[in-house]
Amino acid sequence: MADPDVLRPKHIGARVRRVEDPRLLTGQGAFADDRIVPGALHIAFRRSDHAHALISGIDTAAAAAMPGVFAVYTAADLEGLVEPLRATSRMRNYHATPLYPLARGRVRHVGEPVVAVLAEDRYRAEDALDGIAIDYAPLAAVSDPRAALGADAPVLHEEAGTNVLAEREFSRGDIAAELAAAPIRVGGSFRFHRKAPTAIENRACIAEYDRGRRLLTLTSSTQIPGVIRDALADLLDMPGHSVRVVAADVGGGFGGKASLYPEEILVAVLARRLGRAVRWTGDRLEDLATTSHGFDEIIDAELALDRDGTMLALSAEVIGDVGAYSIYPWTAALEPVQVVSFMPGPYRVPTYRGRVRAVATNKAPTGPYRGVGRPIATFVMERLVDMAARRLSLDPAELRRRNLVRPEEFPYRVASGIVWDRSGFGECLERACAAIDYPKLRTDQGKARAAGRLCGVGIASYAELTGIGSRISAAPGMPINTGTETATIRLDSTGAVTGNFGIASHGQGLETTLAQVIADELGARLADIQILQGDSALVAHGTGTYASRSAVLAGGAAVSAARLLKERIIRAASHLLEAAVEDIDAADGRVFVSGTDRSLSFREIARAVYTEIGRLPRDAREELEVTKVYDPFFGTATAATHIAALEIDPQTCKVRLDRYVVAEDCGRVINPMIVDGQVHGAVAQGIGAALTEEIVYDEAGQLLTASLVDYVIPAASEVPPIETIHLDTESPSTLGGFRGMGEGGTIGAPAAVANALADALAPLGAEIFELPMTPERLFRLITEATAQARGD
Amino acid sequence: MSSPVEVRMIVNGTPRAGRCEPRKLLIDFLREELGLTGTHAGCEHGVCGACTILVDGVAARSCLMFAVQADGATLTTVEGLADGDELHPLQQAFHRHHALQCGFCTPGMLIAALDFLATNPEPSEAEIRDALSAVLCRCTGYQNIVKAVADAAEKMRAAGGAS
Repeated sequence: MADPDVLRPKHIGARVRRVEDPRLLTGQGAFADDRIVPGALHIAFRRSDHAHALISGIDTAAAAAMPGVFAVYTAADLEGLVEPLRATSRMRNYHATPLYPLARGRVRHVGEPVVAVLAEDRYRAEDALDGIAIDYAPLAAVSDPRAALGADAPVLHEEAGTNVLAEREFSRGDIAAELAAAPIRVGGSFRFHRKAPTAIENRACIAEYDRGRRLLTLTSSTQIPGVIRDALADLLDMPGHSVRVVAADVGGGFGGKASLYPEEILVAVLARRLGRAVRWTGDRLEDLATTSHGFDEIIDAELALDRDGTMLALSAEVIGDVGAYSIYPWTAALEPVQVVSFMPGPYRVPTYRGRVRAVATNKAPTGPYRGVGRPIATFVMERLVDMAARRLSLDPAELRRRNLVRPEEFPYRVASGIVWDRSGFGECLERACAAIDYPKLRTDQGKARAAGRLCGVGIASYAELTGIGSRISAAPGMPINTGTETATIRLDSTGAVTGNFGIASHGQGLETTLAQVIADELGARLADIQILQGDSALVAHGTGTYASRSAVLAGGAAVSAARLLKERIIRAASHLLEAAVEDIDAADGRVFVSGTDRSLSFREIARAVYTEIGRLPRDAREELEVTKVYDPFFGTATAATHIAALEIDPQTCKVRLDRYVVAEDCGRVINPMIVDGQVHGAVAQGIGAALTEEIVYDEAGQLLTASLVDYVIPAASEVPPIETIHLDTESPSTLGGFRGMGEGGTIGAPAAVANALADALAPLGAEIFELPMTPERLFRLITEATAQARGD
Repeated sequence: MSSPVEVRMIVNGTPRAGRCEPRKLLIDFLREELGLTGTHAGCEHGVCGACTILVDGVAARSCLMFAVQADGATLTTVEGLADGDELHPLQQAFHRHHALQCGFCTPGMLIAALDFLATNPEPSEAEIRDALSAVLCRCTGYQNIVKAVADAAEKMRAAGGAS
């Protein structure tokens, strides 16, 4: 064997600076809207200003006659051009809803596209929107999901016959008996309001059609180019090689760009029909009104415990407000069902019943948002734990300690069927407590409280399933395979290494981290590796980047393909160096014969294989390109504990976060700099979800938060420094040992902040059942609690 | 809407000219007429700051200005920060500290930081956070941006002191 020091992995685990940065720092990125195509037609949409109405007439004549207008399209003009899209599911009691690029006869939420104007530029296209007259016959609208369940509620989709688009129940043990017998019960009705992903880049897309080659290319700000390629090929009845979907640089996604949108379908259909490039650039109003929303659940939950704090049973009844349509490809079940799937969290909960209904309302559809279901599940469960701790006069950390799944209990099957592999559940709690000096934090809090200040400490422990393989779908019942990922790694005739992937990085730095994985597995130099991604043409099947999957699945595929390619390189080298394969290894872009000074560069080997015919026997010239598909099958558990310390200003009800610590076990860390960055950003989004971010509709279904003035995301002055601790308790069975972690911060932060707020308000006897706790809600809560304390 | 007018400006040290309608936003003029797509529009209502550029040396939202308002002005966009292949100290610090993820707000963040450090070359962390609250980032949680700006400030002071 060669010198083990030479072979020790040195890129995985290193704070390697990102290869993406130079282009992004100098304004040379390639975002969808940066693609300038001369002669492209711009689309502007006339969108519904009604929440629910029949369309009785559309007059586009005036718009069509306006300067610079090329054409005006309504649903009637698209008949026969494109089939509606349906997000199907294997789930029983599920109702798919047809998605048309333009509303067909009826609108079901404000912002739904009704008419498309194509003009020579965006200004003229938007001018012409004023020339469109739409006659609506308003229908009763429903914006409260509880009202949508009522017998007299307007039904959004008549073919479904109900507003309940999906229903699911998980159950283990006799919940009624356990609850009745339990000495300690805590519970309540919780509400996590609707939020928006709000990437800073609004959605945008441009479709180009090459008539000569019959090639349709859609460049889009999407997380799922592979899913869109497959769907468009079906909808347009085109072979996959004639439809290419490119997501070069994407300005953040957070789930909001992980679904297929009507705008993408329409630009593709019209570009093909017209033989011209067609583009759409969404604005912020369109983003807040039509990009899939997140969360929006009502959860009635109860936790039963023994007197020593042992958890006995958990019950949760969830209503998920999924908006007007079942989103493609994830379905309306995606978000609410995962609330009940993950509700028991990282704890031993022997008896459980979780029931969920996904209810249609006249709002924009909900879809994947960072964490999907888990932030809500964690908010509710962690609140219940803290409520129980207070009832039992136990420290919240101690109650968690007593109930977290213990090391010897893995693999642990959750009552909903999820299986946790060994992950640092308890270790994360202990490390977070140590890092923040929890006992001192409590002492300091006691002093501040004695001085009348509203200071609180909140803990949130959670586990999430990441890198989900083919055993289960990333969305319950969804028929699309999200459980495999492909890597093609090639050593070309110049000695350069290229890795092609089906994932679609949109800020995660996967061009850097996957190069790190390949460099170590192949023994290549980082500088010689280029990662290509975000393009459906790169591999036979790909979906994209979502659900904390890319490091696990693409990383695993990279490990697998690189190992095989390395074997081939070494076999070629063994001929060239006249040494046994066992005596050869590779590092830094060279192969070495152990114990000798004989070596060859990858470049020299590539030349010998590809061009210098005769240097190798004919049958020894193996193909230096390997494609491997990786399927982690089950997926792997990532665990974390967050601790937040905050103070509420009783005058303004502004919340100031003083400390924030995250201890997490995401397995083998590929690039700690990038992992830290993911945690920071995800925690900031979770803080936004806890304190300010809320999409508000009024009772008539009108959107009231349609700008960044009304929809408030955290700024630099509102996010505290975040301290991170990484644990690798026991390597998971995933190839490479990686666990997913991109979403975790957003899962833990709302719960940690909610518990800290409740802790701060404990002297007033107030509890937190609702997020976000905006200053207004805090003001009301404090006012009511103070009045009650006074006995008013 | 009225007929196009001639607009002249110096952008990143180079005289540039173009014709556009008086209603054309400065950001659209930069991106579409001058091909400078490094400056991004994030909200088009002056909140997110992604479109921040320097107009006559002062940070401005290019989504809240018409191109004709910049007629005769000197502009700096993200494309003008580096000196050839040599990145500006702020760009280097952003790279070193992982102060960008998707990179979409980054041009606005860099220009806002440049403007801020010109007026406050030795800022505290709180002052940096306060100044950068003019630009919204959704990926980084700001922590590494704050570090990068502090580091760049130090390097720029050292370089300034040496000259």
